[in-house]
Amino acid sequence: MFTKEQIAERGFYTQHFEQGKQDNSLILNMGPQHPSTHGVLRVMLEIDGEYILRADPVLGYIHRMHEKMAEGKTYAQFITNMGRVDYLHALAWNWAFVGAVEKLGETPPSPRAEYLRVITCELNRISSHLLWWGAYLLDLGAFTPILYAFDDREELLDILQDLTGSRLTYASFTFGGVVTDMSDALKERITRFIARLRDRLPMYKSLVTDNFILLGRVEDIGHIPVDMAVRYGATGPVLRGSGVAYDVRRAEPYSVYPGLDFVVPTSDRTDALGRYLVRMQELEQSLNIVEQAVAQIPAGDIQAKMPKKPKVPAGEVFFAVEGARGKIGCYLQSNGSGSPYRVKLRAPSFSNLSLFAELSQGTLLADAVSILGSLDLVIPEIDR
Amino acid sequence: MIDPQLLRILVALVGILVFVALNALALVYAERKIAGHVQRRPGPYEVGPHGILQPLVDGLKLMGKQLTTPKDADPVIFWLAPIMCFMPVALCMLPIPFGPNLVALKLDLGIVLILAFAGFGVLSLCLAGWGSNNKWSLLGAARSVAQNVAYEIPLLLSVLSVAFMTGSLDLATISAGQGALPWQWNALLNPLGFIIYFICALAETNRAPFDLPEAESELTAGFHTEYSGMGFGLFFMAEYANMVVVCSVATVLFLGGWNGPFAPGWWWFLLKMYALIFLIIQIRWTYPRVRFDQLLNLCWRWLVPLALVNLVYVTIIVKL
Repeated sequence: MFTKEQIAERGFYTQHFEQGKQDNSLILNMGPQHPSTHGVLRVMLEIDGEYILRADPVLGYIHRMHEKMAEGKTYAQFITNMGRVDYLHALAWNWAFVGAVEKLGETPPSPRAEYLRVITCELNRISSHLLWWGAYLLDLGAFTPILYAFDDREELLDILQDLTGSRLTYASFTFGGVVTDMSDALKERITRFIARLRDRLPMYKSLVTDNFILLGRVEDIGHIPVDMAVRYGATGPVLRGSGVAYDVRRAEPYSVYPGLDFVVPTSDRTDALGRYLVRMQELEQSLNIVEQAVAQIPAGDIQAKMPKKPKVPAGEVFFAVEGARGKIGCYLQSNGSGSPYRVKLRAPSFSNLSLFAELSQGTLLADAVSILGSLDLVIPEIDR
Repeated sequence: MIDPQLLRILVALVGILVFVALNALALVYAERKIAGHVQRRPGPYEVGPHGILQPLVDGLKLMGKQLTTPKDADPVIFWLAPIMCFMPVALCMLPIPFGPNLVALKLDLGIVLILAFAGFGVLSLCLAGWGSNNKWSLLGAARSVAQNVAYEIPLLLSVLSVAFMTGSLDLATISAGQGALPWQWNALLNPLGFIIYFICALAETNRAPFDLPEAESELTAGFHTEYSGMGFGLFFMAEYANMVVVCSVATVLFLGGWNGPFAPGWWWFLLKMYALIFLIIQIRWTYPRVRFDQLLNLCWRWLVPLALVNLVYVTIIVKL
């Protein structure tokens, strides 16, 4: 094998990756400081010209041992961690953990809180998808759309700031409720935002989605057949882009979602364009959900009657919610003490990323960037 | 006794260098302002009124930065490249007639001189990519060579079609040969040639949507990944100077040069040139980048055959 000096000089992963190297190929390190790996993902590539022979993602650059941290914290203290796992759809992660604790303790939240959770979570999904849209087009070389997306997102973050108290790493869910209530003025603002985004989505379609250069970059790139998606455990828009209508909100209904009218958008294209279109339709669906939730929200307390420190009985539970990137799962084991015995988080980006090695084989470097972007990865969520 | 012709060229070269440098400053400002307005933001706004001094400050910042040579890079090639990139662009401006008598070097073969020096640009990108000792730079250099070699051909063919129409390779003659009114310009007499020239010019200057040698989301920054300070600054200035050159040539060949519906003069030339530059900037901030094979397919499958057909069309229809 390798000497310590060799490994220190070339790196552990590089050494192992180089073992299968063909003649006349080039080993290329994409990341962890590459502009289109969005953060700190590192992908090792073996390329022949610009064609990719092999790709291997290297994880762990932002591993923060959230799961282990849970074991040393009280239940309430751990909520703030959940806002940092996926910083783009933090509220879904909030919900996964809070929901697991509530399911185990059989202490449902108050009805008004359920609706507030749906509203904030869906608004957060919209902001996540908008950011994905801008960043993906940036990967494809279009600079302008991200500033339009951020213009919309700015308004959204202002609303969420009023609703939750923070703009990015939300921790506004409590056991049995939420932290702050929605005022009538805010209701008005949300309604205005829905109208505004509905007004702008057709413009995005005609300006960006229908552009022939863009279509050339996403059509027939990165085909994920259904069996492959299932084999890797892909969820969310990646799975729905392959034509499977699996959405946790419908498949394993939770909260008030069964009472809300929305469709699960799918696309049979299975390529990057399919995933793109699914996300663009999800924006519209999330707007529908928020509109209904704002109209139906009952009056009442935002917090169910509960002790300050939740009494979680011994036992185990799994609770899943639909995040912007797919199925977010939280497995919780309790031994009846004040802090969790074990927490295991199921991050959708992790399974979605594992598709990449197989997907990128034989594609061009530029296509690999397009595929990576179409998977909509959030790296902190992969490493946790 | 100094040869007056030599003196004229020297004075003109100094004038051209000043013109190119001022243009680079103005275009950096224009690019950032236009980008700002396309993207619903004000653009540079802090330095001077409406950020007008921003390009100067940008330049000072670049000059103040440390020049670093990467480990194991070839220092001679590495530093030769940015200088070589900028120099031929200034020479390209020599035979361009801004007005009836406003030309540095009257040449019967002006267009040939420009095309010859324009070919230098790709050599410097190639050296930059090779000398950097960086895999991304190398990929960028390989792309730029393939791209420039491919696009030189339809570019030459479209220029040739204009030369056939006028029967001259002298830029002043070509300019003077077009009438004062827009429908007498080559762009409308030979529209296909103009479109082919414009697309090729975008690719030759590495501007979006054909900015593949420096595609930052794929190749970090392509051939200039390793350059700091004015090393990068020279590439940057060369890009803007290149834009001025290709737009000047387009103005002369296709848009009637200094001719205008009234009061012909150099102001018409500048107006048309800047209008084209504005179009190029607008395109950059509107479209995504094409993929490399799409770029080459566009050239070999469409532009080259179309340019050949156009050449035949021009020789047969216009000349008869």
